[in-house]
Amino acid sequence: MEALTLLQWVFDSLLVLCLFWLAGRALASPDLFKAIVLFIAFGLLMALAWVRLDAPDVALAEAAIGAGLTGALLLAALARLKSMGDLYRDDSDCGETKGDDS
Amino acid sequence: MTANGQTGKTFRLLLVLLLTVMAVGLGYAVLELHSSAGGLSKQVATNLEASGVSNPVTAVLLNFRGYDTLLEMAVLLVALIGVWSLGGIPDYRESSPGPVLDTLSRLLVPMLILVAGYLLWVGTHAPGGAFQAGSVLGAAGVLLLLSGWRLEKIFAGLPLRVILILGLGAFVTAGGGFLLIGNVFMEYPSALAGELILMVEAAATLSIGVTLAALFLGGRPEAGLDK
Repeated sequence: MEALTLLQWVFDSLLVLCLFWLAGRALASPDLFKAIVLFIAFGLLMALAWVRLDAPDVALAEAAIGAGLTGALLLAALARLKSMGDLYRDDSDCGETKGDDS
Repeated sequence: MTANGQTGKTFRLLLVLLLTVMAVGLGYAVLELHSSAGGLSKQVATNLEASGVSNPVTAVLLNFRGYDTLLEMAVLLVALIGVWSLGGIPDYRESSPGPVLDTLSRLLVPMLILVAGYLLWVGTHAPGGAFQAGSVLGAAGVLLLLSGWRLEKIFAGLPLRVILILGLGAFVTAGGGFLLIGNVFMEYPSALAGELILMVEAAATLSIGVTLAALFLGGRPEAGLDK
């Protein structure tokens, strides 16, 4: 019994550390794709944390919505941002050449 | 350049200061909490019989605090309207999904639909429920959309919108219908509560799943009004 509680303590501490690390990395990552993947991993570990807190309902919702669908939505938004970014970059290139001419 | 760096440094210091103040405030608030807050779990347990379901989480979400769930679904619908108002679907370069994704989606989508049905059914007495089932259904929709499936134009108009508001409509109908016999809004008669909650949840699951898949599509699908 003692060993089991010790193991749970170790597991919980590792989980919390991993969550903080993933959250920090996701926020600090300059590469948006990487940040989204880190966010999905964060969501999955968060679901595990909810299970540890005896909240299986929230864990299910977190795994399905937080990690799964939000990740898909963010990736779709990123794909759109990129195609829009190309559009804007073309515009700004035009502006710069004009500026050089004058 | 140096002036710019200077302001950046001051700004960063200010940010650290603000965050420290906030962290100290939060820590103080947490430390000041009563250690033995009773919560409402005892009240839920004593009234569980009347709610029509035996899972306390579902009882709270769909019966005791039905307002919250109703408004959550309204928020989801408003989010979709917001996305749709931004315009139609952008022209994606259609790419063939490839044999792996194609086969996998054929295998997974029926299983996901089955899992969604199971989660919906099991929600009355164990962890599960409309939001979880709906999100699994939404995941099936996302998988279908990724593998190149698109909604038929005939269904993209009115039928899609009917399914989108089905959950909210069923919820409001079930909540408001009993106003006529003198109950307050969202008060179910406990003899019928179980069946009512299951029906509302089934409609909500369908709506949530379709809403999430439509959010992933990210634009109003073109309706074939001329057909």
